[in-house]
Amino acid sequence: MNPSLFSAEGLSGVVFLGFVGLIASGALIATHTQRLIRAISGLALCLLGVAGMYYFLLSPFLALMELLIYVGAVCVLIVFGIMLAEPKPEQTVGKLNMVAGVVGVILGGVLFWGLVRLAQVAPWQASAVTGDFSLEAVGTQLLTSYSMVFELISIVLLVAIIGSVALARMGRERSKA
Amino acid sequence: MNESINIPWLVGSLVAAIAFVALNASMLVWLERKVAGHIQRRIGPKEVGPFGLFQSFADGLKLMSKQLIVPECSDRILFKVAPLLVMVPAIMSFVVIPFSENLVARNINIGLLVIFAFASVNVLGLLLGGWGSANKYAVISGARAVSQNVAYEIPMLVTVVTMIMVTQTMNLNEIVLQQPDIFHWYIFRLNASPLMPVAFLIFFVCSMAETNRAPFDLGEAESELVAGFHTEYAGMGFGLFFLGEYANVFIGCSLATILFLGGWQSPFGVFPGVWWFLLKVYTLIFVVMWARWTFPRTTLYGLLNLSWKILIPISLFNLVLTGVMLKVF
Repeated sequence: MNPSLFSAEGLSGVVFLGFVGLIASGALIATHTQRLIRAISGLALCLLGVAGMYYFLLSPFLALMELLIYVGAVCVLIVFGIMLAEPKPEQTVGKLNMVAGVVGVILGGVLFWGLVRLAQVAPWQASAVTGDFSLEAVGTQLLTSYSMVFELISIVLLVAIIGSVALARMGRERSKA
Repeated sequence: MNESINIPWLVGSLVAAIAFVALNASMLVWLERKVAGHIQRRIGPKEVGPFGLFQSFADGLKLMSKQLIVPECSDRILFKVAPLLVMVPAIMSFVVIPFSENLVARNINIGLLVIFAFASVNVLGLLLGGWGSANKYAVISGARAVSQNVAYEIPMLVTVVTMIMVTQTMNLNEIVLQQPDIFHWYIFRLNASPLMPVAFLIFFVCSMAETNRAPFDLGEAESELVAGFHTEYAGMGFGLFFLGEYANVFIGCSLATILFLGGWQSPFGVFPGVWWFLLKVYTLIFVVMWARWTFPRTTLYGLLNLSWKILIPISLFNLVLTGVMLKVF
């Protein structure tokens, strides 16, 4: 069962493990560092790994969108937010107590075990659309089969925009008074 | 992904891209100094080599031999990673640029998206570099660079979406193939949208602003911020930011060439090839330099107002207009 390292399966396994390593190390950095800005860098690394995973699964469009939106926009905006808030360098994340850590590890373990079981036991049905991951296919699917989801997402985004505008306006009035 | 991956070709073209980025940057530095010199009625570098051509190589050697100083209060890791975050995406973008019909490392269907995805990482490098230096000028510069990049990314992407609606493809080589001669260049396709030349202008201005070029170089305004985000960088750390900037200028100009000016196609329909592409790109780069030494630096408010109040409304209007034109005709 063990494919040789230099066969096609072996190499793709190495690539897969590389992306898993990127995701895991990025996530660990994001949660364990004491400095906010490094946490964001860890998040960016983790998302880069996720983008690589999409690419590995033959969906370059999703991979690039992940890179464009999450690394290029979301992470940059978070860093921007941190810069405006300007935390002091010595101001670090406080140490959590042991109980919270133990409970967290147990809950995480249960969740992980559940997901693994789900992946093993559940009868996965292959998606109706296979083999065509081109941009045209994605666009057509988005505006036909999944138009409801598409509209819902637009409404969520609209609400978010209106909410942020409202918040910004409130801040302005308060500063005037 | 309908082609098999040719690993030697990919590795070879990556090496070629890195070599090209370095050579291109050194030549552009020389050209910039010459252009600046002649615009200001002096002659620019002339001592090292014929016409001062080797001046950049001398500068490069000097930069490489200098010590890399990491400031004591800085965030060491981020300080060292930031120049790479500027440089690597720029090189990755070269992979999909079609220099001629066959001279493209990876002719993939979503080439346009590849370039924008990697270009968006660039600003993260500037930010982390600015923040990691633990220098107030660098931090201010980082904040400026982000507000500028966010503001100009919007009209740029809206213009690009308009172009994708017209071209119906994101494959850069196919976009070039649709423009066989000067009458078919997208900048002159007024039947697709009467605002095509305006779209080109918006795209060009945005790419200048995205690459932090004067008159939009508020991120590194020497008179107020010392040198901006690379204030604390010495030697090749600074050199990588510099290489990245010139690589991004090249990428911006080549995208403008591909989208609007027919890429490697000849204007008269004869002898298409890499020379036309380079000629067009370097003409645009010359215009970028010309603008830098002609216009004074804008203020931050002027810069943001230009984007939010002028470029974004026009580009959105162009998007709607193009959609209507496509539907009606």
